[in-house]
Amino acid sequence: MDYADSDTSPHASAGEEEGAASWQTDLSRAPAATKIVIAGGFGVGKTTFVGSVSEITPLRTEAVMTSAGEGVDDPAEVPGKSTTTVAMDFGRITLEADLVLYLFGTPGQKRFWFMWDDLVRGAIGAVVMVDTRRLTDCFPALDYFESGGLPYVVAVNHFEGTPRHEAEAVREALALAPDVPVLIMDARQRISVVETLLTLVGRALEVSPGLPGAPSVRAGHGVNPA
Amino acid sequence: MTTAAAAPPAPRRVPARARAAVPRQGGGPAIRRSARVRPYSLTGGRTRFGHVLLVETFVGAPAASPGAEPGPDAPGPGGLASRVLPEARAIVGLCRRLRSVAEVAALLKMPLGVVRVLIGDLADQGRIRVYGSGHTPGRPDRALLERVLSGLRRL
Ligand SMILES: Nc1nc2c(ncn2[C@@H]2O[C@H](COP(=O)(O)OP(=O)(O)O)[C@@H](O)[C@H]2O)c(=O)[nH]1
Ligand SMILES: [Mg+2]
Repeated sequence: MDYADSDTSPHASAGEEEGAASWQTDLSRAPAATKIVIAGGFGVGKTTFVGSVSEITPLRTEAVMTSAGEGVDDPAEVPGKSTTTVAMDFGRITLEADLVLYLFGTPGQKRFWFMWDDLVRGAIGAVVMVDTRRLTDCFPALDYFESGGLPYVVAVNHFEGTPRHEAEAVREALALAPDVPVLIMDARQRISVVETLLTLVGRALEVSPGLPGAPSVRAGHGVNPA
Repeated sequence: MTTAAAAPPAPRRVPARARAAVPRQGGGPAIRRSARVRPYSLTGGRTRFGHVLLVETFVGAPAASPGAEPGPDAPGPGGLASRVLPEARAIVGLCRRLRSVAEVAALLKMPLGVVRVLIGDLADQGRIRVYGSGHTPGRPDRALLERVLSGLRRL
């Protein structure tokens, strides 16, 4: 099967499973579950990001999208229909015995937005990953989160040997509001990934209602004269 | 590696907020229409259940719950799960441990949408328990965000 997502790393299959977390065996109660979405173009490093911090090898799940005009895939099992499989890689971090954070990496093309509407429900926010060599790849993700009001940060995954751009140059090129955090990071490094997640959660707190003087949820998404 | 700040990477982007309204998130018929593939057609396009089944929602099948073998005459709404027994049975088996909806889909290599329909059926039949998220629906509140922040700091 062809994946809309481009990476080809093998993923755990049914039955083959790493050690269960302790909370998995007590079915009388479940931990609180929350999630963060990792978005960006193909090959920007989403799965790498998730894998750097996940306690399980990233798992892959799929949503199948039928589409009249987009003949990307043509799996035999759906004869006569053009379908696209959107692959989504996710990982998991048990933060407390009763608090589990999921990280969902998902490709950013506009035709996958149908999946995001569903995916972002209840999410803390999003990390929009950027490769400065293919800057336009992140535009759809930025547009989506900018218009949707979900807190987000921009994570420039710096590939060594490529020009290094300053955060402010990236902010300018992406026309980001001044209060959207921009990080130059390395998706392969756990500490860098944790830092990015901390920044996002901090950002989510910043725009979360409930603190005196805190801006409304949509702060930073409205008119923002540069 | 060059560390000198290069010129701003081109091309520039026109932010969404400066353009005409972009399609809003929040569901809408496009989801249901575009996600409907063959397995869904068995349900007559049924995609909504009383249960909230987000990708991170935990589901489980305590061993004492009604068995994985309800038989064809089992009471219940008679949804997809009672007609696609092997898959339904596999889900119940997997859920002897607590799993998120996404984990069930990934481990069984089944599309997310299909798994959600099956889990919804199984929950309606009392064969699967769907756990609450542990927090209020919608955007996480400050208390939860603070817990996540401290948890990440301990990593
Ligand atoms: N050199 C380098 N390679 C990276 C980095 N991040 C990801 N990669 C590689 O880039 C490729 C695509 O990464 P992947 O995480 O699969 O991208 P995805 O399509 O966004 O999930 C893989 O071969 C990764 O090993 C990075 O920071 N530096
Ligand atoms: Mg990937």
